[in-house]
Amino acid sequence: MEVTVKIFRYNPEKDQRGNYVTYKVEADENDRVLDVLEFIKGKEDGTLSFRRSCAHGVCGSDAMRINGRNMLACKVLIRDIGANITVEPLLGLKIAKDLIVDMEPFFDNYKKVLPYFINDSALPEGGRERLQSPEDRARFDESTKCILCAACTTSCPSYWANGEYYGPAAIVTAHRFIFDSRDEAAGERLQILAETDGVARCHTAYNCTEACPREIKITKAIGEVKLAMITGKLD
Amino acid sequence: MANVHQFDVVVVGAGGAGLMAGLYASRSAKTAVISKLYPTRSHTGAAQGGISAALGNYEEDRPEWHMYDTVKGSDYLGDQDAIEFMTNEAIDAVLELEHMGLPFDRTPEGRISQRPFGGHTNNETGKPVRRAAHAADRTGHMILQTLYQQCLKNKVNFFDEYQALDFIMVNGKAAGVVAVELSTGELHTIHAKSVVFATGGHGRIFDVTSNAYAYTGDGAAILLRSGIPLEDMEFFQFHPTGIYKLGILITEGVRGEGGILLNGSGERFMPKYAPSVKDLASRDVVSRAIYTEIKEGRGINGSNYVYLDIRPESVNKFAAMDGRTNPDGTPYTITGETVMQKIPDIVDFCRVYLGVDPVTQVMPIQPTAHYTMGGIPTNKYGEVVIDDKGTTFPGLYAAGECACVSVHGANRLGTNSLLDIVVFGKHAGLKAAEYAQTADFEKLPGDAEAGARSAFEALRNGSGRENAFDIANEMKKVMFADVGIYRNEKDMQSALEKVRELKARFKNVGVTDTGKIFNTELLNAWELGNLLDIAEVVAMSAVNRKESRGGHSREDYPDRDDANWLKHTLITQKDGKLEISYKPVVITKHQPKARVY
Repeated sequence: MEVTVKIFRYNPEKDQRGNYVTYKVEADENDRVLDVLEFIKGKEDGTLSFRRSCAHGVCGSDAMRINGRNMLACKVLIRDIGANITVEPLLGLKIAKDLIVDMEPFFDNYKKVLPYFINDSALPEGGRERLQSPEDRARFDESTKCILCAACTTSCPSYWANGEYYGPAAIVTAHRFIFDSRDEAAGERLQILAETDGVARCHTAYNCTEACPREIKITKAIGEVKLAMITGKLD
Repeated sequence: MANVHQFDVVVVGAGGAGLMAGLYASRSAKTAVISKLYPTRSHTGAAQGGISAALGNYEEDRPEWHMYDTVKGSDYLGDQDAIEFMTNEAIDAVLELEHMGLPFDRTPEGRISQRPFGGHTNNETGKPVRRAAHAADRTGHMILQTLYQQCLKNKVNFFDEYQALDFIMVNGKAAGVVAVELSTGELHTIHAKSVVFATGGHGRIFDVTSNAYAYTGDGAAILLRSGIPLEDMEFFQFHPTGIYKLGILITEGVRGEGGILLNGSGERFMPKYAPSVKDLASRDVVSRAIYTEIKEGRGINGSNYVYLDIRPESVNKFAAMDGRTNPDGTPYTITGETVMQKIPDIVDFCRVYLGVDPVTQVMPIQPTAHYTMGGIPTNKYGEVVIDDKGTTFPGLYAAGECACVSVHGANRLGTNSLLDIVVFGKHAGLKAAEYAQTADFEKLPGDAEAGARSAFEALRNGSGRENAFDIANEMKKVMFADVGIYRNEKDMQSALEKVRELKARFKNVGVTDTGKIFNTELLNAWELGNLLDIAEVVAMSAVNRKESRGGHSREDYPDRDDANWLKHTLITQKDGKLEISYKPVVITKHQPKARVY
């Protein structure tokens, strides 16, 4: 079948501002949007630039706006989206070139929430594992799925309005540690998230939850962090 | 040379091996980790089923069983000193990951949960043993995230989205690497005493592959061009269960949880090929079995795929027939909920890419190019070994899939790759830092960046008569068809000639993007050059080895030939020509014998 792909193009070395270029190419209904982009780059216009790596939705490189919604180009098929496709870079981050945005502010926000396991207590006898019940492990299972693709953060109206907001992805990361029974720094993280640019900026628009290619219930996770902040409890 | 940075140790690549190396080296040496991807995008994150260690959390297990299984899995080509080292370190390696916060699934007692995997057995009963420590079906993702997080905690210096282009050596010693900063196109020289390559595999030489676009064999190709040998490059693993046509991995953990393979007649065929462990035989054995079923017309509808079945009613039926039990002795059964809980990502992949729900439907699968057993020769400390006498190259290290220690020999067991990156990444980092403590910086050559610059200029100035996308596709197709699961002299020779023709045509590729900022066309073309170099090496090594062993299965030499071929292949580029030599296999405890599953 023939698909029509309208792609946002911007080359900072040549263009004053971005414009849309339309390509018509043959594709199979089982092709990924990424396959179509690869074909256009390979055969139509080598200068088209985008990030990609794993091509099956686990590395998070190719998050972009596809028909107005944040998705991974490798995780949406032509049969799901139809023959008229518009592809644009993520919103809220500076466009570096075509579909590539500057990810540095995103990772800077991630780094603010102490995104690492903290437990300075002595290890169990013989250096064995710290015990954790299956129930305690399940408590934070969803937030361990995050691949840091930025689809959530760049779909958030609060983040668009204020790039200082840590954003949903950073809060999901914090959630992953706050609710891990083995971690000892929940208090510090909750304090960080209580700051002006923390969870207070979430207005439960639910865009993040809808955008997540890993189907993490992000708004719920943010809500749990807010609740923990108010009650001081980690149930 | 405007951009020169000086570090004691530079690590190239930020997957599991590179992050472990960076983490350990940075404890005692000024260390930089450079990566063409943001570290969390690395291909370690795609590993699913587990990491092996004889923790014995459900049932008796021993490191020596793990060692024997790995030796047998390698078809006796693995070096037994290195294998024993790895399997002995395995328990502490997995526990260390837990101490770093890795969210392993748990047993009812709160210990790390483990599942069975292909080729891992109780050596006394011969039955599959639960050895693969897992975090659902995203164990690699959790390792990658955890190690990156620990690197941030320990303030490791990262150069994100820097592509290494060249290895700098001076006076026969490592002196650093040249890299391009993707966002600016600027070249950078990282001047270092120790260089650790952890650049992953090269599965992108094949058409149907589970490997990421980034898997272009950069480190191996760079060192090949620098005159460093590559080892056992004929050995490449085809994973039995890739999603039909797409090649996306479906973890062996599916069979670990009780899944079975069915042919076009609805018959469970693995008992014919591996009567003892059946669907949990070694990967090379299962891939060949699938291929044989297809070749003999028993694919689905006579086509080139078979089914993988994890539907609870199928699993429970065959588990009862096999007499499989839970650790407490009760019959093993699963429910739809178990499937969702144990392999959520597989369920997701099947729904997205196949429109199939594994809880109620069978999954169409075919073998997919998966893992590079060969690579940059190292010893068990990650030191690069350049000949058959154990001579090391001062300051040069490699770890992970780009390296060949060799712990996987002719066929890797599932879950041993994650173990490999953690164990040898750590030791490569430690050794690199130790070397840097006493070594001096070599003086950089006048223009260290000359090689990288001229490689880029050649790609920009090519005539443009040839298209890189077409050349890549032709390479992938011929390599998959003729240097794939089953091989023979005639087809491999023609593949080798084809690859050489493609290499000649590649000189006429012209990059159209003249810009500096994120010039992905230029980078992809440069990567294709690596793939072509590696494809030639793989095909040539494969033609040369006239026997069948592990992942290298020849129709014209169907048997293993220990008398002539119990040795590692080394392939070295000298004056533009590839030369083959050999080095002995280290055999300590287990003499080669027939390999039956």
